Amino acid sequence: MIDLLVGTLATFGTIFVLLAAVGLIRMPDTYLRISVTTKAATLGIGLLLMAAAIHFDNLSTTARVLAIILFIILTAPVGAHLIGRASYFIGVKLWDKSVMDDLAGKYKKSTHRLSSEDTDNEPPKEQNTPE
Amino acid sequence: MTLHDYLNFIILPILAVSILLLFIRFLMGPSIADRVVALDLLITTSIGIITIYSILYDHPTFLDIAMILALIAFLGTVAFSYYLEKRNKND
Repeated sequence: MIDLLVGTLATFGTIFVLLAAVGLIRMPDTYLRISVTTKAATLGIGLLLMAAAIHFDNLSTTARVLAIILFIILTAPVGAHLIGRASYFIGVKLWDKSVMDDLAGKYKKSTHRLSSEDTDNEPPKEQNTPE
Repeated sequence: MTLHDYLNFIILPILAVSILLLFIRFLMGPSIADRVVALDLLITTSIGIITIYSILYDHPTFLDIAMILALIAFLGTVAFSYYLEKRNKND
């Protein structure tokens, strides 16, 4: 029974990891590839680690597994956001068939400051809070 | 078919195939951001392989190495993105 549960969890985790790898090959754009790595791979690794926790049935191993899962869930979106922001700043092109680019013309390329209005040439205003 | 055989002959080859696909993307990624993402996902998949090995050989000590690899993946991504952004800013 335990073996069946471990096998099922390992199967689903492996399927998600394989789908993440196939998505990283097949996606047409850097940003779409980043979105693949954050979701599918995190879920797959979480399921594999849950299989290990159920197999060992041990308090220390379960605590270790929960620590790894919590760490991955916390750090995967942060890393994906950082690399996506850096790749937008160094000028990685979007896909040809992308519908919208919300950041187009809204940041200064020299200072990396984001402004909410369409101020292409003039420096961005100081952010006054409307009080 | 026991769990040992199932993990050894089905799960581990599928994980190896996914490592191979990720390595193809790591070699032919058009931009450097693709390579960083592929490296991150390579380390994350290797955490899964370490987990399966720790189930196969009944050594829960291997999970410590998985934790350290998760830390190294995050630090590598943060360092690479910081470096890419600063490199373009200062020239």
